[in-house]
Amino acid sequence: MRFNLFIAVVSLSFLSTSDFIPEIQVLNFKEFEPRLHQYNDTTYIINFWATWCIPCRKELPDFEKINTGYQEKNVKVLLVNLDFPDDLNQSLIPFIQKYDIHSEIVVLDDPDSNFWINQVDSTWNGNIPATLIYNKKYREFIAGIVDYEVLNSILKLKTIKQ
Amino acid sequence: MNKLLLNFLFILASSALFAGGINVGDKAEDFRLSNIDGKLVSLGDYKDAKGFVVVFTCNHCPYAKAYQDRLIEIDQKYKKLGFPVIAINSNDDKIVPDDSYAEMIKRAKEKNFTFPYLRDEDQKVVTSYGAERTPHIYLLNKEGNDLIVRYIGAIDDNYKDPGAVSQKYLENAIDALLKGSLPDPSFTKAIGCTIKMNKL
Repeated sequence: MRFNLFIAVVSLSFLSTSDFIPEIQVLNFKEFEPRLHQYNDTTYIINFWATWCIPCRKELPDFEKINTGYQEKNVKVLLVNLDFPDDLNQSLIPFIQKYDIHSEIVVLDDPDSNFWINQVDSTWNGNIPATLIYNKKYREFIAGIVDYEVLNSILKLKTIKQ
Repeated sequence: MNKLLLNFLFILASSALFAGGINVGDKAEDFRLSNIDGKLVSLGDYKDAKGFVVVFTCNHCPYAKAYQDRLIEIDQKYKKLGFPVIAINSNDDKIVPDDSYAEMIKRAKEKNFTFPYLRDEDQKVVTSYGAERTPHIYLLNKEGNDLIVRYIGAIDDNYKDPGAVSQKYLENAIDALLKGSLPDPSFTKAIGCTIKMNKL
């Protein structure tokens, strides 16, 4: 199930305007699940999105801004992409290069969404964008669009400070 | 901003998004919408139907498109058993130009849809049903004079590969109704493209 698109990315890289070549893993839910439960000193912001999702595309720059701005503050952004893995070379990879995205990206490829949506959060109906923010003492799931202001104010909450 | 206020804002935002809509067991309203041939279609026109597979779908969403061949198969199999497919596109074409009425006509011809493909231009039907994504299924059962929702959710458990499906949620639900029992599960979740509402 698990494979790696690094070679595909490298082979495309000479066309790119960006020097940043991400390594993208394609994971099924079982392989991805540990990323929802890492209880250490880091706060994780996990955003579920796809290149075909218009509101997701709109909020991506705000996640990028958080990722850059909080780099030294134990905050990590993970972009969980739900594009169809068969056409990543046409969808996700050109997108990453065009918008020069630096946050970590994994592709979640697991067709049994009726099962795994509930494992992410039981209140989630499956619509994207959706965002989970957590650390070892805080957990908040947000259905729908967020922006820098909302993310930033959550990260400044007393309850989230470790 | 404190956490309480934030939570309140989120709840407000999500209740605005998901206000209204019908659940399993509720009565569904009939509608009258333009089909791709220009004729108006209403569920009441189908005097002999035992129920309906109402599906919110569209032209542009990869998930919706991946399921359209399967919808044709389901329509062909179940129309003669009394459960025709009725497809509705509610997306605002100002947000997604690919979902315009003209593009719907193209898509239906290209795929040879065997079912009506209706334009919910003013988004009244999607608002009344509470559909949130494409594809989103509402299986209706005729009970007396009412149309009762008996299943809401996904078509099956594998959007990518029809050959790898292990749970045919929708077909199992129709089969249950045909046998006089209630679908189990009666509600499933799925990833899909959100329906583009003009208010958002």
